[in-house]
Amino acid sequence: MDYILILISAVFVNNIVLAQFLGICPFFGVSNKVSTSVGMSGAVLFVMTIATLATYLLHQYVLVPAGLDYLRTITFILVIASLVQMVEIMLKKVSPPLYQALGVFLPLITTNCAVLGVAILALGLENVSLLKAVFFAISHSAGFALALIIFASLREHLELADLPKGMKGVPINLLVAGLLSLAFLGFTGLV
Amino acid sequence: MAETIDQKQNFLKGIVKDNPVFVMLLGMCPTLGVTSSAFNGLGMAVATMFVLLMSNIVVSLIKKQIPSKVRIPAFIIIIASFVTIVEMVLEAFIPFLYEQLGIFIPLIVVNCLILGRAEAFASKNNLWSSILDALGMGVGFIIALTALGAAREILGSGSIFDFKFVGEDANTFILFILPPGAFIALAYLTYIFNRLTTKTAK
Amino acid sequence: MSNKQSTFINMVVTLFVITIVAGMSLGFVNEITLEPKAKAKLAKKVNGLKQVLPAFDNNPVDELKLIKSEKAKDSVEMYPAFSEGEFVGAAVIGSSEKGFSGLVKIMVGFKPNGEIQNIVVLEQKETPGLGTKMKDDKYIQQYRDKNPSEFDLKATKDGGKIDALTGATITTRAFSEAAQMAYEEFIKYKEELSKPKN
Repeated sequence: MDYILILISAVFVNNIVLAQFLGICPFFGVSNKVSTSVGMSGAVLFVMTIATLATYLLHQYVLVPAGLDYLRTITFILVIASLVQMVEIMLKKVSPPLYQALGVFLPLITTNCAVLGVAILALGLENVSLLKAVFFAISHSAGFALALIIFASLREHLELADLPKGMKGVPINLLVAGLLSLAFLGFTGLV
Repeated sequence: MAETIDQKQNFLKGIVKDNPVFVMLLGMCPTLGVTSSAFNGLGMAVATMFVLLMSNIVVSLIKKQIPSKVRIPAFIIIIASFVTIVEMVLEAFIPFLYEQLGIFIPLIVVNCLILGRAEAFASKNNLWSSILDALGMGVGFIIALTALGAAREILGSGSIFDFKFVGEDANTFILFILPPGAFIALAYLTYIFNRLTTKTAK
Repeated sequence: MSNKQSTFINMVVTLFVITIVAGMSLGFVNEITLEPKAKAKLAKKVNGLKQVLPAFDNNPVDELKLIKSEKAKDSVEMYPAFSEGEFVGAAVIGSSEKGFSGLVKIMVGFKPNGEIQNIVVLEQKETPGLGTKMKDDKYIQQYRDKNPSEFDLKATKDGGKIDALTGATITTRAFSEAAQMAYEEFIKYKEELSKPKN
């Protein structure tokens, strides 16, 4: 039961991009085409899940017992950065086609606030367990994917729109993102 | 050898020409995330500027000691350390701000603005230039975040820096302190910024 | 601009040195901020006590009663307040782990008859702008002067009488749960709390 709540909450109600403002950089950065958005979503799903897994274990079995909780930020980001490096290398060897598809997005994910953000947020879950934390991460990457892909399809249409001079580019993208966020706000009644 | 940089331009560029938020689109997450009030926006921007300044200083000082291949991890450690220091100092001395900014404090470490300046500027320029670069970008960031925070607070809460100027039960545009409002407010602020800057460019 | 050569040993040494310096600096700052942090937490508690309790002239912090309860991870803190020897109420720290981002800790001030005097939020990490509005007067106003024995603290959509926070039902539920828990502990130990320390 908890799991369903986590899923719905992460994807619709507290969408990581549209409600919590994490992952905005890639959100605007790769959403000009739906195809790149799908690629980015896949990479995020991969990294976010593994990163949360690793950071949860690190926090639970190393930081907390040693009283080093204040090193959380710095160790988490290092774990994420190294993970991304390793994933890149592994992907190249294990699955070249997958590397072709995701490869270019991976370095960008290190500075994706969504990954670090979700890793930290996972620690605050009620009765948190490894399974819950990982599920939390998967749910949020699904939410990220949903927001990103919808936004990308909207942007593809925007390319053809006739806009006032100062509005083209950043402002209209923000405005559309705002409308999308508004739409998602309607989900708050769900939980 | 450092080329002679026009230091005045170096500082000013961060405010208008290369404003981190309106032009370079760096540091978007905290920009949208903590600007529900002018005070939060200001506080966040000042904390970020502190980290930016310290990181630019350290990177610029030890740039010759860092082998090129490990520069990104090295920058990250440096930036993350200063962020942690900010975290600890805020929790101890300004707990109110610490609570308001919440998870966005540790997220300063992935603020593309800081890593971006370390990589693009501080690792290639001398100490004084790097300091001015950080200060300029920082001021630009502060202006952007405070403006956005003020706009959202005025429209959404009927107050500015917690000073309420409407009645108790007045109907304010609550939308602006909710997530969509952040996007919309920033959209229009960027639009205004664009109009203002292209006018002066002519 | 000649950087160091990216030889393996250079890379390892550089990162190692940077990490050590960073670690030591952080350890140092941690040391010097530990006490102010504790002080800030205590000041917040004392401030909270002043806000949630009716006027008192004792020192509730000294008369803190720690009760072990299955409902809380650590013990439940209860602060009795007296004015001129008379029991005027107690502050109980209620908590719930069911907030959207975890722990929601509140201090509820009860009058001797069980009515809520006031509530102050101690710890929370809810979504800024949504769940954090639990601290707003408008929201807490709903709880003041209500007696949980007659006034159902649950959210309206759960059959209770509390209007939930916009977009933050999970937060509202956690808040109400914490308040309910504080009330139940208060009623259980009211007798003991109202005995003056001497």
